[in-house]
Amino acid sequence: MRCWDPRIEEMPKEELQKLQFKLLKTLIYKVYSFSPFYHKRMKEAAVHPDDITCLSDIKRLPFMFKKDLRDTYPDGMIMSEQEELVRYHVSSGTTGKPTVVGYTKNDIYNWSESLARGLTSAGIGRGDVMQVSYGYGLFTGGLGLHYGAERIGATVLPTSVGNTERQIELMQDLRVTAIACTPSYLLHMGEVADKMGVSIKNNTLLRKAIVGAEPWSEQMRIRIRDWLGVDAYDVYGTSELSGPLFCECEYQQGFHVWSDLIYPEILDPDTQEPLPPGKRGELVVTMLQKDGLPIIRYRTGDITTIREEPCPCGRTHPRLERLSGRVDDMLIIRGINVFPSQIEHALLGIPDVGEHFMIEIDRKGALDEMLIKVELAKEAFSDKIADLIHTKKNVEKTLKNALNVQVSVELTEPGTLPRFEGKAKRVIDRRLI
Amino acid sequence: MNCEQYMIRQISLFSENKPGRLAALAKACQEENVNILAFSIAEADGFGVIRVLVDKPDVAFSRLTALGFNVAFTHVIAVLMRDEPGGLFEIASKLSDAGINIDYSYAFSGKNKAILILRVDKVEEAIKLLLSHSFTLIATDSIQ
Ligand SMILES: [Zn+2]
Repeated sequence: MRCWDPRIEEMPKEELQKLQFKLLKTLIYKVYSFSPFYHKRMKEAAVHPDDITCLSDIKRLPFMFKKDLRDTYPDGMIMSEQEELVRYHVSSGTTGKPTVVGYTKNDIYNWSESLARGLTSAGIGRGDVMQVSYGYGLFTGGLGLHYGAERIGATVLPTSVGNTERQIELMQDLRVTAIACTPSYLLHMGEVADKMGVSIKNNTLLRKAIVGAEPWSEQMRIRIRDWLGVDAYDVYGTSELSGPLFCECEYQQGFHVWSDLIYPEILDPDTQEPLPPGKRGELVVTMLQKDGLPIIRYRTGDITTIREEPCPCGRTHPRLERLSGRVDDMLIIRGINVFPSQIEHALLGIPDVGEHFMIEIDRKGALDEMLIKVELAKEAFSDKIADLIHTKKNVEKTLKNALNVQVSVELTEPGTLPRFEGKAKRVIDRRLI
Repeated sequence: MNCEQYMIRQISLFSENKPGRLAALAKACQEENVNILAFSIAEADGFGVIRVLVDKPDVAFSRLTALGFNVAFTHVIAVLMRDEPGGLFEIASKLSDAGINIDYSYAFSGKNKAILILRVDKVEEAIKLLLSHSFTLIATDSIQ
């Protein structure tokens, strides 16, 4: 099947925008009337629903932050009466209080519908056996993909996480063709399978993977394809927005965001002003049809760009590019936004240096100076100084092209830069601002 | 003619410009009973290359690799310099007339004689040329 819902997925852009405006208008009236939280926020911002006369008037509405969800724990931001809710999910807060999301029947329907479109666009459907190896329970991954896969008529194998050897046995015995899990769990499965003497590529029917919930890269996509024989598709969504919601189509160039469900904005992290398509910034989300927990101009903290140009698959909805980091990780060098993840990606493409790096930032006079330390690869060592200077210049040039900012590179001996388990601390910022 | 006997294996190390790297190298050699016959350090912007001639290159290579150094073998030639003015110029001009480039050179003094270490882009040609002009080259087996 090409499209799950062709009427909406191939709707001309102008019609989609009209639909978005209608949905936005309804949403704003609804929260103004029924949500004490949003009512108060809008009063404070001196904006009334009648002030929203076109889509771009959304700028007049105040932002909403993760902190708001914590501050109103457990259910201060939930708009629906409890008897209207059919489910709760709770995200464990790494800092402070958890956040609670309540879902009405309609919210669950739209969530599954969104994934049904996405899974179909990735070529999964009736006849597929889909192993859901995301965690089930308070976390949204497992149940989210479960409902999405059932909606399209796939056969779901709800294995959740853990007991990997049994998962691999079941994958073989029940002829699993698709899997949903984190990218790191997929790689872990590959390793465990190899130890068991099972080649996922040659001894299973697994061909597609829906992976997300943690950062991953194009290099990992290639590795998963070459090693496991599996095509990996990115999936995006956070629990506040419902859970995993959007998934890449067969062209694997970003995930379609369904315009009838979401109104995305990309915000300049410095000026907090919306950026035009193609520019990188913070994703700000308005969920157009969410009732249980309304989401209006939610600052996700995720960095991405929006692509408005038509997708070869024929779907008219815009695509968001793979997330390139978090706002919290962003560095501003000479007024340009730089993400450590960009450096990581650029270095992976340079065979002369290793993957580990450190960033040191100083301010000389009025100018920021960024020094990136990398390890010289064994194979790239030449005992001629001129060759090494050439290597260094080459790395500097590649990084400058990737970051749009001048950098100095220092070549270090292999194994000398710090290794990190868990969250890496690669930045030493010595600027006094 | 067998040029290989004159191709001496020099050990080259990549090093950050920080104190203690040369000392670490010397200590490792001492512990392995390896004699350093000659060395030079070339420095650039933030890093350097240490080049050493030792009597047991394989022992030194494996120990230094185990210590985490970025190590490589390089073929150099060692020429006995005439102990008179213009000795170095004579060698350099012969090579340059023949279109052979010297990547780098360094000298060391042994017993009553000076020896020039050369890294050139065309090793075999350089060996043949210098021998034909009756220069004395140091054979590998006499030192390693
Ligand atoms: Zn597409």
